[in-house]
Amino acid sequence: MTDTPATLLRLSGVTKDYGSRVITHVLRGIDLEVTAGEFLALTGPSGSGKTTLLNIIGLLDRPTAGRLEFRGADVAQLDETETTAARGRGIGFVFQFHHLLPAFSARENVMLPLLADRGRRDREMQERADELLDEVGLADRASFRATDLSGGQQQRVALARSLVMRPPLVLADEPTGNLDSESGNQVFQMLRDFNERHRTAFIIVTHDDRLAARCDRVVHLVDGQVESDTRQGAT
Amino acid sequence: MPFELLIALRYLREGRAQTWLILVGVGVGVAVIIFLSGLIGGLQKSLVARTLGSQAHVVVRPREELPRLLPTHGGAIVESLMERPAQRVRSIVQWQHRLADIERIDGVTTAAPSISGAAMAVRGDGANAVTVRGIEPGSYGRIVNLDSLIVRGRLDLDGFKAVIGTELAHELGLDVGNRFRLRVGTEQEGGTSGVYTVSGIFDIGNKDLNARWVFVSLRVAQSMFGLEGGASTIEVKGERIYDAELIAQQINGSTGLVADSWMKSNAQLLTGLRSQNSSSVMIQVFVILAVALGIASVLAVSVVQKSREIGILRATGTRRAQILRIFLIQGSIVGLLGSAVGIVLGVGLNVFFSRIIQNPDGSATFPVMFDSVLYLRSAALAIGVGLVAAIIPARRAARMDPARIIRSG
Ligand SMILES: Nc1ncnc2c1ncn2[C@@H]1O[C@H](COP(=O)(O)OP(=O)(O)OP(=O)(O)O)[C@@H](O)[C@H]1O
Ligand SMILES: [Mg+2]
Repeated sequence: MTDTPATLLRLSGVTKDYGSRVITHVLRGIDLEVTAGEFLALTGPSGSGKTTLLNIIGLLDRPTAGRLEFRGADVAQLDETETTAARGRGIGFVFQFHHLLPAFSARENVMLPLLADRGRRDREMQERADELLDEVGLADRASFRATDLSGGQQQRVALARSLVMRPPLVLADEPTGNLDSESGNQVFQMLRDFNERHRTAFIIVTHDDRLAARCDRVVHLVDGQVESDTRQGAT
Repeated sequence: MPFELLIALRYLREGRAQTWLILVGVGVGVAVIIFLSGLIGGLQKSLVARTLGSQAHVVVRPREELPRLLPTHGGAIVESLMERPAQRVRSIVQWQHRLADIERIDGVTTAAPSISGAAMAVRGDGANAVTVRGIEPGSYGRIVNLDSLIVRGRLDLDGFKAVIGTELAHELGLDVGNRFRLRVGTEQEGGTSGVYTVSGIFDIGNKDLNARWVFVSLRVAQSMFGLEGGASTIEVKGERIYDAELIAQQINGSTGLVADSWMKSNAQLLTGLRSQNSSSVMIQVFVILAVALGIASVLAVSVVQKSREIGILRATGTRRAQILRIFLIQGSIVGLLGSAVGIVLGVGLNVFFSRIIQNPDGSATFPVMFDSVLYLRSAALAIGVGLVAAIIPARRAARMDPARIIRSG
């Protein structure tokens, strides 16, 4: 592999305040560096700011102060279109509540980011979607409507969708939170497999200590601050 | 298929009842517009056609006041109050040249000489005041299709033959082949008179004219009124009926002759048509407004319902402009499909009404116009209205904050 892994993401002094009259300091000075191919767990009590941090890293939200660099570029300098483009191509999302479009099939849901990016459907994106659905074990469900799939299956479709742009970074907010331990395990293992196969970096928010223990690195947030950042031997 | 269109279509299909409701709403609106326009357009067209069935677009006569035809509303024609027995019919000076000049004017299709003069039609004890119209059947026929108005006999003005209206025929008890006398002026003033044979009887669709008009050949009229080689009027037909006033002004400008367009002679009819038009426009504007509000409110509801999905789309790389377009396209599609529904509905209504409401003779009271330009315009209008109505909801959708939506699950 490479000698010194490239820095993918660098946060320095990132804060986030909400509200105008009563101000809530949700993030209070986050410094964090994530390298390509890392498999990172983000833990912390409820309300500690995990989702907020993930939204900022995912360019869905802007920090109140501090600096965010993604692939060496200062994200604060980007306008709306560039931000959307950077998000579309650079970052995959798996949301806590498996967010699929109900009117579309599993395959179409997976293709969605490619469709938005390229403007129209083509053969290649369909093949790519089918490949990914195969990898998450849903080849036979490709033309099912999203609403006709089980929770675990929907989350696997969401996982395939997050990977379809081949992003260097995938953000997953409690991807197993709504699943039973069996399918939760299965989805987690898929994330791990993808990470190893494609060197995609993952930041996974989880409340499950056993899953956190299977990550390369655990960042623990308390009250909007990094309380601990530990690297551990793989799996 | 473009990404935005794909999503827009899927959302509409998913909308089901909502989509159907709004389609029917747009459809009814477009149907009202089509039905109204078709009805009013058809009615007006037939009114104008009936008026012009017996009139030239422009009538040209000498400058001097003469006993003249003074057409009034509804196509009826009465003689000027200025008419005095002594007044003589006068010819247009060098009418052949003037006629050639007029025919060269842009928009003029054809022109024909004629003579109009007052006379008495006499048979036995009966005597009716009539207007003798001296024409050349060929040239005049290109202006007023007299041939098609003949109900008995035929249009034959050779020698001392005359064609009269149904009403005069009835009043004097004349039929094809019968003779009657036409007298010009009084005997004390040295008036002339001659005997004519009825060769045909016309029905011009106007009781007054059917009683008044007597057609003879131009040549016969010339000698009857002492105008050897002359013509008292030139009748003009143009390409477009509503250009008549313009043509009349041009004729007046270039020849100095008095030129009256049918529009001026039928000013009251035209005013009526115009106010009918403006009230129909008013109705249409309100219908369009209602349709636009309907589309806008349905889309606004749909934006709220879809906010979660909009968040997902935005988070997975869909740009704001694309979200905007998705909803604008939905508005346009609703307009397009709604207008298709509306055209079918409107045409159906038109056909229904023209079948149901009939004159005693079985002809339609509401002659309906089937106007593909109107349909295309209505469709374009509906699409435009859909697009405009979608602007506010679409902008709202595009401005949604994906972070907030995603957090709320
Ligand atoms: N738009 C907002 N306005 C005001 N406060 C907000 C807003 N969004 C989040 N917060 C607050 O920020 C804090 C952190 O929220 P966040 O969702 O990041 O927590 P979390 O660590 O993801 O919690 P959980 O584990 O329950 O998902 C909470 O106290 C929340 O109420
Ligand atoms: Mg959270």
